[in-house]
Amino acid sequence: MSVTWSNRILARPDVGAFVAALAIFVFFLAVAPSLRSADSFFTVLYQSSVIGIVAAGVGLLMIGGEFDLSAGVIVYSAGLVNSMFCWYLGVNLWIGALLSLIFCLAVGLLNGWLVMRTGIPSFLITLGTFFVLQGANLGVTKMVTGSVSSTDISAIDGFSSLRAVFASNFTVGSVTVWWTVLFWLVFIALATWILQRTRPGNWIFAVGGAADSARAAGVPVVRTKIGLFMGVSFLGWFVGMHQLYRFNTLQAGGGVGNEFLYIIAAVVGGTLLTGGFGSVIGVAIGAFIFGMTSLGIVYAGWDPNWFRAFLGVMLLLAVLVNLYIKRIFTARRAG
Amino acid sequence: MALIEMTDVGKSYGAIRALAGINLRVDAGEVTCVLGDNGAGKSTLIKIISGLHPHNEGTLRVEGTEQSFSSPREALDLGIATVYQDLAVVPLMEVWRNFFLGSELTRGRFPLARLRIREMKEIADAELRKMGITIKDINQPIGTLSGGQRQSVAIARAVYFGARVLILDEPTAALGVKQSGVVLKYIAAARDAGLGVVFITHNPHHAYLVGDHFVILKLGRAVLDRQRSDVDLDELVTQMAGGDELTELSHELRRPTG
Repeated sequence: MSVTWSNRILARPDVGAFVAALAIFVFFLAVAPSLRSADSFFTVLYQSSVIGIVAAGVGLLMIGGEFDLSAGVIVYSAGLVNSMFCWYLGVNLWIGALLSLIFCLAVGLLNGWLVMRTGIPSFLITLGTFFVLQGANLGVTKMVTGSVSSTDISAIDGFSSLRAVFASNFTVGSVTVWWTVLFWLVFIALATWILQRTRPGNWIFAVGGAADSARAAGVPVVRTKIGLFMGVSFLGWFVGMHQLYRFNTLQAGGGVGNEFLYIIAAVVGGTLLTGGFGSVIGVAIGAFIFGMTSLGIVYAGWDPNWFRAFLGVMLLLAVLVNLYIKRIFTARRAG
Repeated sequence: MALIEMTDVGKSYGAIRALAGINLRVDAGEVTCVLGDNGAGKSTLIKIISGLHPHNEGTLRVEGTEQSFSSPREALDLGIATVYQDLAVVPLMEVWRNFFLGSELTRGRFPLARLRIREMKEIADAELRKMGITIKDINQPIGTLSGGQRQSVAIARAVYFGARVLILDEPTAALGVKQSGVVLKYIAAARDAGLGVVFITHNPHHAYLVGDHFVILKLGRAVLDRQRSDVDLDELVTQMAGGDELTELSHELRRPTG
């Protein structure tokens, strides 16, 4: 084996993102003194986890060569379905949560089925479902509650147990740890395991890298891709449950724009936009960069209105670092 | 009994008749060469045997049993492996992952089944060496290999997974002279291992080097179908170059004399 360790490390898709995350982290530690505590570090992790959980699924989907633009609003659709079904009919919230899960998986199935059946790019299909869900979220909410937010459900049966599962935290010393952070780590570990150590993982790389070759080799391309879409909508449901049981009510217009944060997290994390290459750890680092930037600006005492502009610059820099590292790597390969 | 026997097979895409009246026999330990120009129906023929598109006329028998495939998996399960010119491998994936793609080795049961990575790397490495293919690192993306090496890996993969019929779609088309020689060597190796080989090409010179039986397609029909003993290279070259049409053309293009 003539391949050196440095080459092995540089061949990883997430190295660029790691370097970028480290640079941004040091930068904010320098300009925002109040960020230098364990408590605010865990706040950053919480912020990252809410984006990072869905981003992990979106990352796998993108490695599999597809996009899902409905991933942002489906989080709110999940919460709204649960909330309004149970409030309107007065049934236990667990039933609504289950119904919402079925609804989300069905949306994922529909996305995947339409993409595979019609051959229309997933960008367009899911742009369609994105608008349908966004409109339906507002329309149905207004029909049921008469306003653009869902009603408070904290008095309905099952609320406390669901909150305990999806939206609770515990304290270690002075540090508040949200369970979503731990769930995020579990999802990262699970997704990494699937991608690197299982047959479906091998298929995800193959269908994203060259779907026709994969099909010719006997890989179930349709099943793999539909599974990826359903994975995204499942994780969207999970975060939707968290949002609902943390805040009791949801704004029906929420979630719009988050789909881009997931895609950005994946790309910053080294996922190839065209599919077939990437890592879940990289996507997690991408989500962490998002969490750190969004809170770093607040802790630094700057006008939060600048957040998006700043995030954009940070992301461009991260992508450039990523590209630069990859270029060094390919140059070494050739030489 | 023939491994594959096609009787009067045809295929239409809507109003377009891509293939008609094809009779083809593939025997173990023999190389059947299918020659033809672009658009002659070679790809359609491969797609029928490899399970990408089912035929809609005639019969296709695999070891005596009539078949109509609806997916490549069905053909693979009967031991029919196809190495495509342009879609033989997934370039960004490692050599060993490509080698086992679609037939990965796992340990444990669903949902905890996991890949036997070390074993797969060892097998891939050993199998490639056995075929005389030396690769620096089994972990490098297969896209970093040369075209001939990629084809060879795909052939080695098919042989390892117990293929009894190997279909090669223009394996030498994009290769230089030396690389083509490498691939032809593996075709001969697969034949000697007792496989039935279907070698699709538009190069009669390559075909004649390894072929036992030759079929020339033109506009979806077979215009020549002979054993090696009944045909020589010159005739194949002439037929491929256009045959009678070429003679006619040469009359038309003849310089006016007198």
